[in-house]
Amino acid sequence: MPVSLRELSKRTQGLTPGHRACAGCGFPSIIRLVLGATTDPKVVANATGCMEVVTTIFPYTAWPVNWIHSLFENAAATIAGVESAYRALKRKGKIKTDKEIKFIAFGGDGGTYDIGLQSLSGALERGHNFLYVLYDNQAYMNTGIQRSSATPFGAHTTTSPAGKVIPGKLQKRKEITDIVAAHGIPYAAQASISHWLDLQKKAEKALTTEGPTFLNVLSPCTPGWVIPDDMTVEVAKMAVETRAWPLYEVENGYYRVTYKPKEYVPIEEWFKMQGRFKHLLKRPDLIAEAQRQVNETWERLLWLETRPRKEEEK
Amino acid sequence: MTTEIRKKVLALTGNEAYAYAMKQINPDVVAAYPITPATEIVQIFSKYVADGEVDTEFVPVESEHSAMSACVGASAAGARVMTATASQGLALMHEVLYVASALRLPIVLAEVNRALSAPINIHCDHSDTMGSRDAGWIQIYSENADEAYQSLFIALKIAERANIPAMVTMDGFIVSHGMEPVEILPDEKVRQFLGERKPLYTILDVEHPITIGPLDLTDYFFEHKRGQIEAIKEAKKVIPEVHREYNEFFGKNMPDFFEPYRMEDAEIAVISLGSASGTVREAVDVLREKGEKVGALRMRIFRPFPYEKLREYTGNLKVLSVMDRADSLATIGGPVFNEVRSWLYDLERRPFVMNFVYGLGGRDFFVEDALYIFEKLIKAAKGERPSELIEYVGVRE
Repeated sequence: MPVSLRELSKRTQGLTPGHRACAGCGFPSIIRLVLGATTDPKVVANATGCMEVVTTIFPYTAWPVNWIHSLFENAAATIAGVESAYRALKRKGKIKTDKEIKFIAFGGDGGTYDIGLQSLSGALERGHNFLYVLYDNQAYMNTGIQRSSATPFGAHTTTSPAGKVIPGKLQKRKEITDIVAAHGIPYAAQASISHWLDLQKKAEKALTTEGPTFLNVLSPCTPGWVIPDDMTVEVAKMAVETRAWPLYEVENGYYRVTYKPKEYVPIEEWFKMQGRFKHLLKRPDLIAEAQRQVNETWERLLWLETRPRKEEEK
Repeated sequence: MTTEIRKKVLALTGNEAYAYAMKQINPDVVAAYPITPATEIVQIFSKYVADGEVDTEFVPVESEHSAMSACVGASAAGARVMTATASQGLALMHEVLYVASALRLPIVLAEVNRALSAPINIHCDHSDTMGSRDAGWIQIYSENADEAYQSLFIALKIAERANIPAMVTMDGFIVSHGMEPVEILPDEKVRQFLGERKPLYTILDVEHPITIGPLDLTDYFFEHKRGQIEAIKEAKKVIPEVHREYNEFFGKNMPDFFEPYRMEDAEIAVISLGSASGTVREAVDVLREKGEKVGALRMRIFRPFPYEKLREYTGNLKVLSVMDRADSLATIGGPVFNEVRSWLYDLERRPFVMNFVYGLGGRDFFVEDALYIFEKLIKAAKGERPSELIEYVGVRE
């Protein structure tokens, strides 16, 4: 059962104040919502990236739970090792707690879509019991806003700059949630910090499902997206309303769109809010292409949703 | 009345010997990926798991990078953890090796020496483990299957006492695929000797949450590195201590850092690592027959570098040669040569030191090659010093 915001705010096991994330950063909310989705003890593995950097500058830590960071591309393999040790030691009666420990990995889009994809794929295929949370801020923000395969079409980054000839990133975003779902894992979902109840429900579902589970959460980045500190949630919300960031889940292979915007809002409305798309506003041809990509992804999702369920699975 | 213990001797390849030792160790977690010539270790161990002969969680990862990453996670969780690899596999693990040692995780790696690409080659040289010589791991080079088998137990005990990871190596194909008699130690005694791992910390202790691997900037990183260096210095005391305990417990005579051969009055000596050392000893015997004062020194532990022990053997030497089965590719010969020569520099009486690089990519090393090396050294001892300090033996120039 999802808990109320009031109840959620009382749960202490989240992220302590004093971490050094930018004002308006999206991921502290993701950490609190995901860790707050269960009262079971948790062990977290974190990929190198903004989240690891801003929460653990020695001798401080913002993590009230057991936490390990090893490298950039190996969060999934690291948590797989921890979870394997847990199974081995539990069998031998060497685990002190009677409660079931939940294993969670956090990685950004760089550590997940790109350099860590192999490690994630291996861990999913082997069926470890863990939740992988991707905080997707759509570029390599920790190193100063370079393109990733999560960066949307047309976005300006420091390695896909909007120049005199080339207007930002020319390639479209990779659909990582589909790629993950194609591993045949029991649960994968896409969520956004703007829709906290939807995110929390998905986190709870993932954490109570046996086997590997996955959440891809949109995490606006104020310097990277060039947005004001107090607009994070609004920008995330507009990504969902324009269908640039569909909210959906894939449960045992069945797709379900968990939020359908009532009105059609053109992608331009999302672009207007962010400096990284500023150059596109003078290029209706590119906006049309971006809109075409958004529509295509959305229509495909709606089609996937229509797959009839088997009688016993209803 | 004395009870005679019948020794159990099996004919095993090096890889089989490694796998057998791993079975007796029965680690909590093994995460590994197959690679020639170490593949059999993973295969045989998988069969032990499938047949219930061990109760290990076997993690059949998708790469060596993930193998070592999973080992780090499992070891930080307090488990006894092992893996096996060779060559490119060790190279792919490279960045994770540093994490394992800096987090003070006593992971044990069964390594099979194979040349690094390119050109691709599956046979023995030491370029792989020499490439990770500064990763903060203990490195034990074994000469044969029996020694590799025993070294895994010793390495595990050292690693867990010093909280430093350790790799044991054997020469690819020459040892990994050659069949030799291996004296199997009783399961129960192995268990007794190894005891249980007592981790410094564990991230599975949910009552006492800890943060492992935080960002460490200019204000603390150096102190932490300095601490690691001290810990490795301490390991130099742990290494002979564990060897003593091992030898007493099993009635063995395993040398620790060096295995000297006819060194007592030697004026000329050769340092070597791994399987070529037996060949060198044979050449020593031939030359001793002729009255030459020659000896051989097998370096068993290259990391941490045993310079204190090295000096115990070099006092009488006029000429010393270091045989390297890897080159630094820096025009300064092999890595063992460079370190040995450097550590002899401040001795008042130091030998003339030469380097012979041999056996790259599995090129055979014969007694004739060893005799050739000694001939050069004997000439040098008589004042006929070569124009080049570094020579490549057994190659078509």
